[in-house]
Amino acid sequence: MGWAGIEMCETVVNLDIVVPNQTRYLRFVGAIAEQLAKELDVPEDTRDTLAFHLNLALTEAVANAIQYSSAANSPDSVRISFSVEDANLSVRVFDHGEGFDLAALPTPEIDELRERGRGIFFIRSVMDSVQYHKTESGNVLEMRKKIA
Amino acid sequence: MRVTKEVRDDRTVLSIQEDRIDAHNSGELKDLVLKTLEGGAQNVVIDLARVQFIDSSGLGALLSGYKNASLRSIGFALAGLQPRVRSMFELTRLHRVFDIYPSLQLALSA
Repeated sequence: MGWAGIEMCETVVNLDIVVPNQTRYLRFVGAIAEQLAKELDVPEDTRDTLAFHLNLALTEAVANAIQYSSAANSPDSVRISFSVEDANLSVRVFDHGEGFDLAALPTPEIDELRERGRGIFFIRSVMDSVQYHKTESGNVLEMRKKIA
Repeated sequence: MRVTKEVRDDRTVLSIQEDRIDAHNSGELKDLVLKTLEGGAQNVVIDLARVQFIDSSGLGALLSGYKNASLRSIGFALAGLQPRVRSMFELTRLHRVFDIYPSLQLALSA
């Protein structure tokens, strides 16, 4: 147990990727998220679910970033930054759009069959926390998850 | 988006030949389903057996089909959902909205 703990503390991953802001790259982003789950030091019986959840969270977050960046006619790429320290995974997705108010987003209701507006709901469902910050150099959606 | 269309008795089956539905191809799926509904189909079954992953935009495309079919009194069912795909419907409780069958065969014999 003690050794596992020490090993875990030494697990540090930092990975930055930049993809063109085109939806054709969502498959690639999802595949990287799944691959990351395979590399992490997590219990074997949770690995497949973690891979799916990271794929989903990243796909939704990057699709949003592409949509916002395209609407604002701003830089033609989206940056994604993964970091793992101890058992804390943080994924940040940067966009250059107008931004939005995360707190103001409604939770989708079962009776409302709206075709849009479930992306952040899914991210919230599969990650531990989601925050969105607007900064002068752009916006960042930060998603965190305890992975062990 | 690769989709095969087949008419069996009174049912039109759209079989999705993609392993992934996301914001890149969900718009195309939505258009394809609407075109099928406008083309005089009586009952539509979407076979999702090959789809391993669907995101919120993919669910939106299927919801669009469901709502449009309801307006026209056309049957609209989903079949063959893989576990990850099914979990997306369960998270949003949309499995209570859609007519869902474990396999295409069961959808066709319903």
